[in-house]
Amino acid sequence: MQLPFFLWVRMKKIEKLEMIDISKSFQGIPANNHLNLSIQSGEILGLLGENGAGKTTLMNILYGLYQPDSGSIRINGQKVSIKSPMDSIENGIGMVHQHFMLIQNHSVAENIALGYKKTPFFFPQKKLIKSIIMFSRKFNFDLDPTKQIWQLSAGEQQRIEIVKALINGADLLILDEPTSVLTPQEISDLFRILKDMKKSGHLIILISHKLDEIIEICDRVTVLQKGNIVGNARTEDVDKKALARMMVGRDVIFSITREKLPTKERVLKVDHVIINGDKGIPVVNDISFDIYKHEIFGIAGVSGNGQRELVEGITGLRKIESGTITVNDNDITNQSARCIYNSGVSHVPEERIKLGIAPGLCLYENSILKQHHQKKYSSRLFLAYHKIKDHAKNLILDFNILTSSIHVQTKNLSGGNIQKLILGREISENPALLVAAHPTYGLDVGATEYLRKHLLKQRKIGGAILLVSEDLEELFELCDRIAVLFQGRFTGILEPDDPKISDIGLMMAGSLRM
Amino acid sequence: MEDIVISIAQRTLIAGTPLLLGTIGEVICERSGILNLGVEGVMAIGAVTAFIVTFLSYNPWLGLLAAVIVGMLISITHAYASITLQSNQVVSGLALTMLGLGISGLVGKPYVGKPLEIKMHLMPIPILSDIPFIGPIFFNQSPFFYMAVVLAIAAWFTLEYTKVGIKIRATGEYPKAAETQGVNVSLIKYACVIIGGGFSGLAGANLSISYSKSWIEGMTAGRGWIVIALTIFALWNPMRALIGAFLFGGIFVLQYLLQPLGISPNFLAMLPYITTLFVLLMVGLKDSKKLNAPAMLGEPYKRGES
Amino acid sequence: MLNIKVSDRESITPRQSMENLILSLMAGLIVISLIFLLCGVNPLFAIMKIFTGSFGSPYGIKETITKAIPLILIGGGLALAFRAKFWNIGAESQLLMGAIFGTWVGLNWGPHLPAPVIIPLMFLAGFVGGALWGLIPAFLKIKFAINEVISTLMLNYICAEFLKLLIVGPWKGKTKFGFPYTDDLPDTAILGLLSGSRIHYITLLLAIVSVIVLGVIIYKTRFGYEVRVIGENPDAAKYAGIDFFRTTLIIMGISGGVAGFAGIGEVAGIHHHLSYPDSISSGYGFTAIIVAWLAKLNPFYVIVSSIFFAGILVGGDAIQISLGLPAATVQIFNGTLLFFLIMGDFFLANKIRLNWSLKRS
Repeated sequence: MQLPFFLWVRMKKIEKLEMIDISKSFQGIPANNHLNLSIQSGEILGLLGENGAGKTTLMNILYGLYQPDSGSIRINGQKVSIKSPMDSIENGIGMVHQHFMLIQNHSVAENIALGYKKTPFFFPQKKLIKSIIMFSRKFNFDLDPTKQIWQLSAGEQQRIEIVKALINGADLLILDEPTSVLTPQEISDLFRILKDMKKSGHLIILISHKLDEIIEICDRVTVLQKGNIVGNARTEDVDKKALARMMVGRDVIFSITREKLPTKERVLKVDHVIINGDKGIPVVNDISFDIYKHEIFGIAGVSGNGQRELVEGITGLRKIESGTITVNDNDITNQSARCIYNSGVSHVPEERIKLGIAPGLCLYENSILKQHHQKKYSSRLFLAYHKIKDHAKNLILDFNILTSSIHVQTKNLSGGNIQKLILGREISENPALLVAAHPTYGLDVGATEYLRKHLLKQRKIGGAILLVSEDLEELFELCDRIAVLFQGRFTGILEPDDPKISDIGLMMAGSLRM
Repeated sequence: MEDIVISIAQRTLIAGTPLLLGTIGEVICERSGILNLGVEGVMAIGAVTAFIVTFLSYNPWLGLLAAVIVGMLISITHAYASITLQSNQVVSGLALTMLGLGISGLVGKPYVGKPLEIKMHLMPIPILSDIPFIGPIFFNQSPFFYMAVVLAIAAWFTLEYTKVGIKIRATGEYPKAAETQGVNVSLIKYACVIIGGGFSGLAGANLSISYSKSWIEGMTAGRGWIVIALTIFALWNPMRALIGAFLFGGIFVLQYLLQPLGISPNFLAMLPYITTLFVLLMVGLKDSKKLNAPAMLGEPYKRGES
Repeated sequence: MLNIKVSDRESITPRQSMENLILSLMAGLIVISLIFLLCGVNPLFAIMKIFTGSFGSPYGIKETITKAIPLILIGGGLALAFRAKFWNIGAESQLLMGAIFGTWVGLNWGPHLPAPVIIPLMFLAGFVGGALWGLIPAFLKIKFAINEVISTLMLNYICAEFLKLLIVGPWKGKTKFGFPYTDDLPDTAILGLLSGSRIHYITLLLAIVSVIVLGVIIYKTRFGYEVRVIGENPDAAKYAGIDFFRTTLIIMGISGGVAGFAGIGEVAGIHHHLSYPDSISSGYGFTAIIVAWLAKLNPFYVIVSSIFFAGILVGGDAIQISLGLPAATVQIFNGTLLFFLIMGDFFLANKIRLNWSLKRS
């Protein structure tokens, strides 16, 4: 692709950037422990680590969102002081966050104007439109500056974020888990853009937990584990297994053994279901499937293709426009959430803290959030606190929840322990159907393994599980069948040993349909 | 007949002016994400301040200025509680109202029953006020009216078509995004709350040195609450506020018109408040989901790290 | 350079809570004194007068208890409503509605029924009146997403005008020489008082019973649990299958209803007839907001905080007379103390560390 003239001609502000001896702790727990990092012009550096390894913290320090407890940053050998995002933008650093910092009902132009230093005071939208069109032509992507954000796809929104950084003169671009919301096609588009930028002298730091991507696009990789740097390598010299080992400090077992179990009794029947999204148009477009006892049924697909709405429809949190859902021959279509719960459907929600707990209440009070109305835990009027506390104590033991007591305020538990509490609460009533949405997202390895083992246990004793996840490894590990969801329809339903498994990426992007 | 219509129209605009002033301020405040229920109290303080300063200095403009400044200053309490301390904005606003009503009552006591000798007079605009029919209605009003209209347009323009307007709206919609792009979210919120307070003070001044020329305790009569309802009715848009405020002004005037018809004055006194509810009902029916409110209205914003 | 570090406090001991409360109130008193100074009032004198007026004499204490009765009733109801984050600012009018309904029963059925029958009926009517008026904003919120702060406020004004309409019109007393009052309630409908005071003890007992019941509801019942979850996290409440509709209606029915008790209590116990809204409700509906907040939305603590604020009201009357200060002065107390209470909450929930360093960064 013909590179635009100005990219060659402009002097780069940053030839070399170093982060030296950076340390940062939160409430006594070190997130970054004397870390050193360096990157040169024309280089793509990967920052690899699991969730919670400290990658985002380190980059937030570089971008000025956090202040390090100790350590310094040098650009071209000179120490720089970065106290806020403004400072880092001044110094030529830009960041594309994992969750886009875009205002949904503002236009593209307004969003870019917000962060652009040289936005004119009057009529900023009008004046910027020309520059935006120019920029998007240079990098060969289509951006309509007048469209509002909610009208755009994830890939398009990400490009806006990149334009925002570049328009302010960023030489170094930090990308935080950029591919988590993209289809495979959009990912290759992004990598093309990054390679172009690299050629013109930009510095790129890519935060990711996905080994394949790091190996594909990065020149070098720095591996973090629990706040420490455990490895530094050129990607051409290293292989996937070695990286994985560095990341977790031990050999990662890529599959837990899953025994084949008989599946004859149907638990869930979803029949030609159509569900509308927040904007009133269907996002679940005529879906039908069944789940049987002793089965984990997975739904793969990039976030935003209807998974959330499907889960909400099944658990009674969203209206089903047409079609039916039955659990053990009970019609639960559009029943209330409580009614559906009583029919044997449990739900581990995607947004744990937002949906799954009442943060200010204490642990034992949250342990019965869904089932407080049941005879077990309450009479007609009064709650049976001694039974509830016993139940909470059992949950703590069975699910290895680390806490000093059951009286602790739930919001003070760590993310992993909150998730264990939620999972424990939902499983403990032996549901006919367990709906788990991204249950291990953001958890450390230990908690993840623990939760997955419990899901398999539930499967063994006869439960049916609907597992929605973006983690293909997790789906392969746990599921008996995997359905791929794209734009509200299943592009295929596969078994993990199915040879078509390798096409799953294409199915997720809608380019292949079974 | 024509004179009656003109008179009604004039009085409608007069009655609606303080409502418009208050609403512009509250719209700006809420657009930045902060709910300020203290309007009634700040209006009262603005009214008493304008009155006393005008009384002592014989200069209504000084009174107006003082009211704006005092309105801004006292709103800092709500701003501090809501922004820095991230307290419950509903309760903080109510505290401000109580404080405002209390202080204004205390400070104004010595002035009860002493009308102003010099109040803010009408300011007819030369030439324009001679236009038949329209002239006396629109161009023979107090300076407050002209200010209100001009400020409404200015506020709308600023919010929609300037850089600072985008920053304010972004702060109310998604403060984290604004902050990561270098917007000083705290500063914007403080500014908007304080400016909103200035408008409430101005509205109060309107009541005490233009609408009437004496001070009595309770002269705001719930207008502050109507302002808050109007803000929703206006869908947080200053231009709609213009229409809404004068609509409500009309309701106030209607009270007096219908009285000679033998309708109970108490029932008529209920009209503004019933209308407010009715209006909210209409807005709620149209789109009961989010009403286009700034997404983070009323939610405290915690920086990534203080 | 001053470096301020703010971090979440992990757990709060009751002792810290109490210390924080006292500090907040003291800080509030200091600012109130400043305000008085600026207005030419001697703060020490004023505050002393307030204190001695309310607690310094048997008469004062009795008056304080009298004024605490409606505060306890309404404060308890607000504690319930606020816990679900339903901002009921309309207790003033719920009180008035209770007074209106109760008085109607008293005037119309009172002459024919003995006291042990008419009095419970009046209170029942009072509860119904307040509850109905409280259900309106609940309904408007659920069905039409109308902000309850505004709807309850508007209803305050509407009800006040309605009452005025009644007392100058259809309910105007025939024995009142043209004054805008209703006739007096018949003797059987008048509440007994503790001798030598204006304490209408039946309402007082009712108040104490109601806060106990409310406390039990909030902390021990399934319903109370659901209310607390809604207040903590409405999304989680929806996820947990809690019925917003039903819960909101019940909360406001109760909150409005106990305010209604207060209303008929005032009429049957003190005034013996209906008159202007201001004299019946005297701002109790607003003062109760701070009462509930000071009590940290705990109905049991409402009793203590009610007595505290009743003391301020009584003291406020005292300085009105002796210093000629207007009635609104009490609002200064209410507003300032409320501000300092909410500011105090911040310092309770967060640890602040101040680091002085002589180096420039």
